[in-house]
Amino acid sequence: MKMYSLLTGLLLFSAIVFAQEPLVFENQQQQDRFDRLTQELRCLVCQNQNLADSDAPLAHDLRREVHKMLQSGQSNEQIKQFLVDRYGDFVLYRPPLQKNTYLLWLAPLILFLGGALVVGSSIKKRSALLDADQHSQKRD
Amino acid sequence: MNSRTIPLIAFILLVILLVVGLGISDRKTLIPSPLIDKPAPAFSLPVLGSPGRTMSKESLLGQPYLVNFWASWCVSCRVEHPALTELAKRNLLTIIGLNFRDETTDAINWLTQFGDPYDVNLSDLDGRVSIDFGVYAAPETFLVDPAGTIVYKYIGPLTMEIIEADILPLVAAMGTASR
Repeated sequence: MKMYSLLTGLLLFSAIVFAQEPLVFENQQQQDRFDRLTQELRCLVCQNQNLADSDAPLAHDLRREVHKMLQSGQSNEQIKQFLVDRYGDFVLYRPPLQKNTYLLWLAPLILFLGGALVVGSSIKKRSALLDADQHSQKRD
Repeated sequence: MNSRTIPLIAFILLVILLVVGLGISDRKTLIPSPLIDKPAPAFSLPVLGSPGRTMSKESLLGQPYLVNFWASWCVSCRVEHPALTELAKRNLLTIIGLNFRDETTDAINWLTQFGDPYDVNLSDLDGRVSIDFGVYAAPETFLVDPAGTIVYKYIGPLTMEIIEADILPLVAAMGTASR
């Protein structure tokens, strides 16, 4: 009985999966563009997944929108702008360089320079100590 | 500053980071809407349950109104339902229900079962209008001013506290501005 209900459930589920029409592309190039775009765009529902991977209904709808815009000849920039206008920069996995993201983009450089400064000063200090040590040894 | 105080300071900074992180963790997944202070997206949708009738954004101009995105599959919409019912009772502003990605019969059943706090319900079956509003969860609520501009958005179930603290003062301010 349990097995039977499980099988029914699986069958029902597969019906839902097959009910979603696959997207049809004009050529390989368009499909490649679609794949690249949906990998760079975030799914708003499961926020650690991109549009290409997510199975959320919203991701499904947004993939369809992106597909429609590709078909109507819009550029990648236009498509991204469409989503940014509605969902904000958060939808982009590659945030643009602007006032509120300077810290985000420059933090690695700042950390690197800070680290270099610390290492540099400690090397200087040690070599000074070493020199002093050698001097005192000579004197002995 | 000697070599002993540096790790201590680093540790304290890390603790502060942790506390701040924990403090905002429940609001972190909420995305600020780029639509605030922008004109509400244009829409023209069929009225739920009365085939042939449609309603557009233009016909709502001149009054403040709430747009509440809900669906019969949305559990949190049941959570906020009493708050919306209470707000409707006070008759302070028009409440538009935007039933999205739903089945018409399910939506009508839901309203009969729990009660209908909405002045009008519009049906956005394929969710296209919800995409224009940047809706990514349910429920989501927008406050639109008489000029048709979105002034406020709330993601998640409304409560009477939020309505009284955030929404009603904004509506009151609109009333005095237009007089």
